[in-house]
Amino acid sequence: MRALVIDDSRAMRRILCRILEGLGYEVAEAGDGQQALDHLRSAGAAGTMPMLALVDWNMPVMDGYTFIQTVRATPEWRGLTLMMVTTESEHGQVVRALAAGAHEYVIKPFTPDAIVDKLQLLGLPIEAALTGSPS
Amino acid sequence: MNIGPEDFRYVADFVRRRSAIVLEDGKQYLVEARLEPVARLHGFPSLDALTSRLRVTESSPLGNDVVEALTTNETSFFRDVHPFETLRDEVLPDLAARRSLTRRLRIWCGAASTGQEPYTIAMVIKDDVPNLQGWDVSMLATDLSTQVLDKAQAGRYSNLEVNRGLPATRLVRWFSREGSGHLVSDELRSMIRFAPHNLIGPPPGEVFDLVMLRNVLIYFSEEDKRKVLASVVTCMAPDAFLMLGGSETAANDIVGLSRERLGRSVVYRRTPALVPQQLSSHLTREVPSCARS
Repeated sequence: MRALVIDDSRAMRRILCRILEGLGYEVAEAGDGQQALDHLRSAGAAGTMPMLALVDWNMPVMDGYTFIQTVRATPEWRGLTLMMVTTESEHGQVVRALAAGAHEYVIKPFTPDAIVDKLQLLGLPIEAALTGSPS
Repeated sequence: MNIGPEDFRYVADFVRRRSAIVLEDGKQYLVEARLEPVARLHGFPSLDALTSRLRVTESSPLGNDVVEALTTNETSFFRDVHPFETLRDEVLPDLAARRSLTRRLRIWCGAASTGQEPYTIAMVIKDDVPNLQGWDVSMLATDLSTQVLDKAQAGRYSNLEVNRGLPATRLVRWFSREGSGHLVSDELRSMIRFAPHNLIGPPPGEVFDLVMLRNVLIYFSEEDKRKVLASVVTCMAPDAFLMLGGSETAANDIVGLSRERLGRSVVYRRTPALVPQQLSSHLTREVPSCARS
């Protein structure tokens, strides 16, 4: 089970990595949307595509919204589940993200249980019990 | 603030008598954490002082506040996911077929806490069961704690709360932003009546087609659990459903309930035998005389 965490905050990437690793995922990181696309191209060539990407919205170089649009427009990446994890909490932004192709949406700050709940909603595997504190 | 062993035993006994909730040995930390704010609110310098007063004034605002503080109110939208899939795919379609003449459903959501479960049920009905559109569907949502019921009635949830279990598509369909919170739509709120109710007291004086009593009986003794279930059965229509929490079971010998697996969930159905007179009228009311057997 592989996942990709995309956030320009190193601290947030660490938090999300720890949560996903606790659930049994092997996690890669990217600091912006462009790095994430580069990772997907390499992973595709190596046969190590992630099944899930947690995507921040506001990032330099390429933001999460553009990343999601690009992924959804790329046929070989259509199987990737995209979850936005962002401070953007207005419903208009949630609608935009879903329309762009995000499968789920988490508003920061969040508890680790929120990530677990969303994985269950999406039917994604969870192979370990999670213990943790609010993020 | 610390609580001594004798005071802990007294508080545990008091809470069990008032609410059937069992506080086992080892839960002293919980009692201390939950009762410290109550002690401060009532001006007690210690839990010793609080319990001394409680012993002589159990039926008082202090007694009520102690019980409320020790009820466990954890809940979330679409909690455990699978029961709501069973509701969507099996239970509600079954009831829609059985009630097609009256086009009326009555639902009781017990231990509703801060409202996420009744609102979840309402969303499933509105979004996922087309056969129920235009029906007279209403829900009674109850809880022992009036504090949580007030929040449920208000229908306003924080970012942290809507993050827990609520699909983003349903967030934008059924909630609006209000300040820093998210407010449930009037359309969903109008389906639900919130009222205080103690499960170890008499059952609500209504008849229900579906009873949701999830993740509350785990806090009760076996004896009180059986009493509550026996009471719940008396307000279920002859073919009504009961859904408990994922790790809970009803004893096999609860009169009037049969256990079955639907989808990935276990549900209980009121067995058709032993239908008291007042329950049969729930099914025959509004039915044209030519349709009665």
